[in-house]
Amino acid sequence: MAVAAKYVGTSVPRKEDPELLTGQAKYTDDFVVPGMLHMIVVRSPFAHARIGSVDVSKALAMDGVVAAFSGEDLAGDWAGPLLMAWAVTDDIHNPPHWPLTKDKARYQGDGVAVVVAESRAAATDGAEAVDVEYQALDAVVDMDAALADGAPLVHEDFGTNASYTWTLTNGEVDKVFAEAPVVVKERYVIQRAIPNAIEPRAILVQPNTAMGDFTMWSATQIPHIVKVAMTLGLGISESKLRVIAPRVGGGFGAKLQVYAEEMLALALAKRLGRPIKWVEERSENYLASHHGRDQIQEVELAADADGRIHGYRMKILANMGGYLMIITPGTPLLGAFLYCGCYGGEAYHFECTGVFTNTTPTDAYRGAGRPEATYAIERAIDALGRRVGKDAIAIRRLNFIPAFNEPTPMPGGLMLDSGDYDATLDQALELIGYDDLRAEQQARRERGDPKQLGIGFSTYLEMCGLAPSRVLSALKYAAGGWDAATIRLSPTGKVTVVVGTSPHGQGHATTFSQIAADDLGISVDDIEVVHGDTMLAPLGMDTYGSRSLAIGGVAVHRAAEKLVAKAKKIAAHELEVAEEDLDYEGGTFSVKGAPDKARTVAALAFSAWTAHNLPDGMEPGFEETAVYDPANFVFPYGAHICAVEVDTETGEVKVAKYVAVDDVGLVINPQIVEGQVVGGVIQGIAEALLEEAVYDENGQLLSSSMTNYEIPAASDVPSITIGRGPGLPSNSNELGVKGVGETGTIASPPAVLNAVIDALSVYGITDIGRPVTPERVWRAIRDAKGGAQ
Amino acid sequence: MRISLTVNGTAHQDDVEPRQLLVYYLRETLGLTGTNVGCDTSTCGACTVLVDGRSVKSCTMLAVQADGRDVATIEGMAKNGELHALQQAFHEHHGLQCGYCTPGMIMAADSLIREHPEGLDEQGVRMGLEGNLCRCTGYQNIVTAVLAAAEAMNGRAPAAAPAGGEA
Amino acid sequence: MIPAAFDYERADSVEAAVQLLSQHGDEAKLLAGGHSLLPLMKLRLARPSVLVDIDRIDGLSSVRDTGDALEIGALARIGDLAEDATLKEHCGILAYACGQVGDPQVRHRATLGGSVSHGDPASDPPSVLLALDATFVARGPGGERTVAASDFFTGLFETALAPDEMLTAVRVPKLGAGSGWSYQKFHRRQIDWALVGVAAVVQRDDGHIGSARIGLTNMGLTPLRAPGVEQALAGADASDAAALASAAEHAPEGTSPPSDTNGSAEYRRELSKVLVRRAVQEALAS
Repeated sequence: MAVAAKYVGTSVPRKEDPELLTGQAKYTDDFVVPGMLHMIVVRSPFAHARIGSVDVSKALAMDGVVAAFSGEDLAGDWAGPLLMAWAVTDDIHNPPHWPLTKDKARYQGDGVAVVVAESRAAATDGAEAVDVEYQALDAVVDMDAALADGAPLVHEDFGTNASYTWTLTNGEVDKVFAEAPVVVKERYVIQRAIPNAIEPRAILVQPNTAMGDFTMWSATQIPHIVKVAMTLGLGISESKLRVIAPRVGGGFGAKLQVYAEEMLALALAKRLGRPIKWVEERSENYLASHHGRDQIQEVELAADADGRIHGYRMKILANMGGYLMIITPGTPLLGAFLYCGCYGGEAYHFECTGVFTNTTPTDAYRGAGRPEATYAIERAIDALGRRVGKDAIAIRRLNFIPAFNEPTPMPGGLMLDSGDYDATLDQALELIGYDDLRAEQQARRERGDPKQLGIGFSTYLEMCGLAPSRVLSALKYAAGGWDAATIRLSPTGKVTVVVGTSPHGQGHATTFSQIAADDLGISVDDIEVVHGDTMLAPLGMDTYGSRSLAIGGVAVHRAAEKLVAKAKKIAAHELEVAEEDLDYEGGTFSVKGAPDKARTVAALAFSAWTAHNLPDGMEPGFEETAVYDPANFVFPYGAHICAVEVDTETGEVKVAKYVAVDDVGLVINPQIVEGQVVGGVIQGIAEALLEEAVYDENGQLLSSSMTNYEIPAASDVPSITIGRGPGLPSNSNELGVKGVGETGTIASPPAVLNAVIDALSVYGITDIGRPVTPERVWRAIRDAKGGAQ
Repeated sequence: MRISLTVNGTAHQDDVEPRQLLVYYLRETLGLTGTNVGCDTSTCGACTVLVDGRSVKSCTMLAVQADGRDVATIEGMAKNGELHALQQAFHEHHGLQCGYCTPGMIMAADSLIREHPEGLDEQGVRMGLEGNLCRCTGYQNIVTAVLAAAEAMNGRAPAAAPAGGEA
Repeated sequence: MIPAAFDYERADSVEAAVQLLSQHGDEAKLLAGGHSLLPLMKLRLARPSVLVDIDRIDGLSSVRDTGDALEIGALARIGDLAEDATLKEHCGILAYACGQVGDPQVRHRATLGGSVSHGDPASDPPSVLLALDATFVARGPGGERTVAASDFFTGLFETALAPDEMLTAVRVPKLGAGSGWSYQKFHRRQIDWALVGVAAVVQRDDGHIGSARIGLTNMGLTPLRAPGVEQALAGADASDAAALASAAEHAPEGTSPPSDTNGSAEYRRELSKVLVRRAVQEALAS
């Protein structure tokens, strides 16, 4: 930091809380505009069906129904299909994806018609009255089945259900594997997850028919990208569309998307000249908002006899679902470089094939690609340890890349920023009381306690701060990874910080205020942060991939530095000294050796406004914009240790103790960082133990509501203990910050799984599926004991 | 059908369709949008309000069933510009992130605390909030906040926070 | 999320409710707490054309001590029963099981009568009432009748109640000094229905088990008893762990548990053995 930190590093209570605590915050569904119509999408009950006639006449005859359309009716409204921004290979199969399907339904929930009515109730009644003729087709759900000869084709034109195969190779992989004395080969299945932000999606579009412009409120993480996508999809000029993400009730990746309903609401507002509101119902969310993960991983490690890893070879099948959405094909590749974790080695191969199935499309879910990579390597390194006779700690310490504080290469091909992997492991071991836990485990084993204890590790490495634009270009992503901030001081010294990130719970207003407040020497209470509105903040790339602080926060800092530089010129001019003769601290410029000759930034903002006495050639006004494109990613890391209690009679698993030590670089607001870590860890524990989107063989979603998709409540999860590790600053940016939004979900699932396997190792069990349901545990034990009696 | 009820101390009379859910009556008829809808299966608890002082899921009650009742929503918690003890505790202990579950969580916690004048421990709070889902916080800070608010509401010194915490 | 339209009638007496049911026949549904019915209506899985709101009928929400039994009004809230001092003292298993239903908000609204009349085999109170040999009191156009618990649950979401009958009370015996009880609810989340639940009411008799009544939740189309277990336990030495375990092996006999995303039928059968053993052990220790 340029100046002494007053706010950075302290737990400033969140500025965004008061309206959230009192019910005054406005989420999208809270907006009401005169003349508003309600939209309901009619969805296919079949996972795979040819669409015959779509008859909306009965719906149109109902009270309150204003209009109803089939996919064919609206075919002429689109300038292009839904945006798919990440064609990962030149030969990728990317089907056109229309807001309403015209020919076939390709997953349960695929939209086939739309009804608008004067009320929510009338629209619901009208949607029920739409008659759609379906000719059911055989569905394909399982990826191996989808790739088999003769499988039903989700998109016939391609002649295959494979979308693409993407590979990355570093070093002499085949040679390393051929010569390695030890090769460990494992197969892991990452189940499908439903993100479940507690606010379902919602959209409101208000047209101004006279001027031909539109305002869209959307419960989205990415208002800026939605705006571009709407322009491409509807041919509306970007200057005629304002997209606002108001308060947004969580995202977790599911709102990092451009959805059919956004296109539909805009198209209908344009057609009908009336405001259109659409609010997703939860059961609908389970079908129509994207899902996450869903991979089959073949994982190979080549090591020497001691267990030192020399090569990594990963072959992944990734379930795309019925269509490619905004970054569906790229999501698995966000982990492509990280299947080596924080370990060394010379050879690395990653290969991923995207597979179409008759299921809801997948896309980013908190962690996006990196939880998958972390799961693979953190499970596999335990397997390697078992093979070479080393415990989970020893095998990790043997393979850690040694502590470093300058850019350092890793087997996946990236340059890491900073890390001390032993240090976070040391702290985690101490916090969890490792020796006592092992003693307790031993005691339970000896007395044959039906409740066995297991201890599991995850010493993870993640990559975030998405992303250097040039890297994104090399990966064929269609947009950049920069972000922007504008800081404006009013004549009275109050500050507006306008940012291009778009928070939905992360506390940007507080964190960014802290950065600007320290840079400008102004109270956080005098700073307002504006975000999520493409008119007020035209420059931005939004919020995902733990990027907001490491990119947007740096942009805020740089904009503040530009203001300080301008202020310094004015101060020097007013005080009649050279700029070099000024000191700057706490928002005040003072003349070296004459501290009473001083000017505050606030006072200089007033000078810039009156413009009565500015240096020659200086423009009036006190506002600066910085656009920051990072040179590298940032790499948080840490050690998580989980202790589980496994009821060997019922199969129930309970997390008894959990320690998370995460080094996320410089911490701006410890309380917010702690909140992100705990939230992420609990979400990851839920993924390990509870949550699974289950389809039957016909592509019907069985875990179809919150009653049987097992999101935990407070009663179902533990309290955890967290540590911050050595706190090595990142050298990828001048603030030294990394990212923290996803560490928990990236790190925790393998810690839990490894703990369960450790508990069950008394039965010789070395693998179990996830989520670790009671039934899976019971079956594993039964099978280990010799199968069903 | 005509209903008469009190919401946050104010009497209301309205004609409602029998099928109108209480949550939509509050949100759309009265404009009290602090109460949120997060699911359609009575699971998530985002719509929790008090009816005659007890927490209920307003998505699973018809407006006509609230006829003659006393309803309290998040908008009525702060009095004269002063945050309620629960609101204050959620703020201090960072018991909210996106804020969407927060109104329901606070109303559920208010009912829970008043049903337990003898006090609550961590397990009691966790079990007592089983009907409210939060996807952001992992609950730890919510539990801390509710324990702190319970002590404040019962006029006692704060009890110990959950066993976890930062080292 | 929004139910199909219906007509709403409010009954202020049992007679009025029965009259409305008679008038509207199959088209009408009773509405008390609404926590079984409204969730189905919101998803349009149920669409009655008339709702008869009985929630405000007086005198049906108390627990009355009738000597050697308790009579519980059908409109008693599940949450109130969980805390009811009389019920806790004389029939603790039912109070405890009520505390296991849903979540606090659900328990604040849901009624015992609604829970029972819905005939859901995954609900907690029915299997407990079955183990208690409870008696159900119903009122119809022809007056009042009583139905034994063993005759009440006739199928999946079906009971012995006629379309024009209303459940008004449930009678449960007081559990005397020699009895012990346990309700074991196994679920993945607290808010979930039981994957399997086991209600055990055990009569201790001088170091032996005099009699045992075992109710099973979510092990078939209706709440079930486990007669094989009950017979094996009768007269068993209460301190003979092996005998108790061996009796528990009979738990899944005659059951037809569902398979769903939380567990297969096979797993539920195995789980029922463990839970019956634990329930009996806990009942004996109580």
